[in-house]
Amino acid sequence: MQVLFDFLIGPFFQIFEAPIFFVEVVIGGMAAGIMYALVAIGFAVIFKASGIVNFAQGAMVLFAGLTLVGFLQMGAPLWLALIATVVVMVALAYAVERVVLGPLVNQPLIVLFMATIGLSFVIEGFGELAWGSDVHRLDVGLPRGSFFVGDIMIDRFHLVAAGSAGALVVAIVLFMQYTKFGRALRAVADDHQAALSVGIPLRMIWVITWSIAGVIALVAGVMWGTQAGIQFSLVLIAFKALPVLILGGFNSITGAIVAGLIIGVGETVFEVYWGQMMGGATENWFAYVVAMIFLFFRPQGLFGERIIERV
Amino acid sequence: MFYREAGQFKTSYAADQAIFPILQDRLFVIAVLAVAYLVIPFISTPYFLVTIMIPSLIFCIAALGLNVLTGYAGQLSLGTGGFMAVGAYATFKMTTMFPELNIVIVFLLSGVFAAAVGVLFGLPSLRIKGFYLAVATLAAQFFLIWLFNRVGWFSNYDPSGTISMPPRDVFGIRVVGSGAAPEVRYLMVLTLVVVFCLLVKNLVRSRMGRTWMAVRDMDIAAEIIGIRLMWAKLSAFAISSYLCGVAGGLYFAVYLRTVETIAFDVVLSFVVLFMIIVGGLGSVLGSILGAFFITAIPVILTRAPHDLGIPISVDMAQHLEVIIFGSLIIFFLIVEPHGLARLWQIAKEKLRRWPFPY
Repeated sequence: MQVLFDFLIGPFFQIFEAPIFFVEVVIGGMAAGIMYALVAIGFAVIFKASGIVNFAQGAMVLFAGLTLVGFLQMGAPLWLALIATVVVMVALAYAVERVVLGPLVNQPLIVLFMATIGLSFVIEGFGELAWGSDVHRLDVGLPRGSFFVGDIMIDRFHLVAAGSAGALVVAIVLFMQYTKFGRALRAVADDHQAALSVGIPLRMIWVITWSIAGVIALVAGVMWGTQAGIQFSLVLIAFKALPVLILGGFNSITGAIVAGLIIGVGETVFEVYWGQMMGGATENWFAYVVAMIFLFFRPQGLFGERIIERV
Repeated sequence: MFYREAGQFKTSYAADQAIFPILQDRLFVIAVLAVAYLVIPFISTPYFLVTIMIPSLIFCIAALGLNVLTGYAGQLSLGTGGFMAVGAYATFKMTTMFPELNIVIVFLLSGVFAAAVGVLFGLPSLRIKGFYLAVATLAAQFFLIWLFNRVGWFSNYDPSGTISMPPRDVFGIRVVGSGAAPEVRYLMVLTLVVVFCLLVKNLVRSRMGRTWMAVRDMDIAAEIIGIRLMWAKLSAFAISSYLCGVAGGLYFAVYLRTVETIAFDVVLSFVVLFMIIVGGLGSVLGSILGAFFITAIPVILTRAPHDLGIPISVDMAQHLEVIIFGSLIIFFLIVEPHGLARLWQIAKEKLRRWPFPY
């Protein structure tokens, strides 16, 4: 009985006893969720345009962060380092399209998925070979510290992260809706062959898509780097972004944000109020189990396109 | 010329259904088995047996298991490491609880636990497929590792969560634990691999295997012709996890001997997936080739700079190793997306026509 009480009722008492703390926990979870969403958007963009689950997105975040730090350490001013990193990411996108994706056109998706895992090894090894494998501190002058709204403490950095994620989504949506390339991208996402037949250069579209993913990786790298330093473990945030991605629906950018928030809040609250009873570190699996159970009832995720199968 | 089946007539149904209907195939398999049993244990160094042969053979079983699920039944899974961990911890718990139990039986039973867990985590496959399923199976991976790490009962309350294999004898011969000769361990694993290969080879030719392949090729069509999807998918999950569980038990007891949960993390799942992709999806031979290939590459890459006398720092060698490994994967996928098994197929075709080009 005691166990049941501790598990089912106790945590809610704690919540009602200290509502301010609860709100802070939720805000912390939302901040974490935004960070996951930043990575998940990169996945979603590539999946939308090419149907490829790009496992290398985590490695790209690490690579972008390492490159930025590398340029900064060489003494470049921030704006120059940022531009140079974007150039490097575009070059990377071009190289990936030439070397990996081009020859693998029309292969089964699992083969492409495995190729991106191989790519993830290459990018990660290359980045660390070029810039060293120590933990790098990254400070691009984002505001730190916190302030109070009423009794609730808010971290400025989290506001910046939320703002940049929002800006990123708006920018992507505007790009998709109102530019020529965006229209071409949506056409490719709709139907590869139809897009090809009306003269859309598929290979260039892929380069653009991967470049966008690269820029998103840079933003995510700056955010994660400011929070925890640029280090090898950034590759592993791909594993944090995957459940966010499937919960939101693979091809939905809004879905990535909403699911990121749900999972961030869910796992933080669960860890704080329930995790201790279960031995802690529950955030390792919480997101996956939530996503798995949710998909059991709604296989396409929150905002994914309805899966229609024809025989 | 070397591989011609002309003149080999089948005169009975039994001959028609033989696993290796062609004489050359039979001879080849017998030759490989003879080398594996009679030559390798006597000529190879303990180092070679322990670093290449034993892990490769253990991974053969794991790759077979994943190939049943992904290659034959078409359900993409990334939970292999978790299922292998179930096998490892089941082996440890059983052999410490019942020290008298024959260790081979322990290995075979530990797969049963993995099969039960596999069916549980295979349930989402009834609703979702493809990458959604792959990510959902990651739930098994992360949850199981966390469970073994956090619940002390599984590691007999070892403070660091490490499990170690106690020594066990079979018929008076030390087969696992300290003091077991590499040759003995090798032969035991080899025997298990041969048994499981034959089993799987037969299984995929049976009604069950055909059911799996129908589900893989198009599950809706399979359902319409009267295949029970639930039964087909869950049986694939059960048998696949059984094999992975046995492989996990061997990986712990015979190869590593002392294990922390980190040995079974998600990297292991990807390694086994690499094996079946590089080896060939939906092929028993492919699982074996892939297991040997992927196990041998890192060993060779680690030794290569030393053997060639190239002086590079340990750090740099490690990064280069990662880059080369990744590039090799991509290279293989581009050159032969159907895997090493397909290359073998092509080689056989060439041998048949030799010396004529076509």
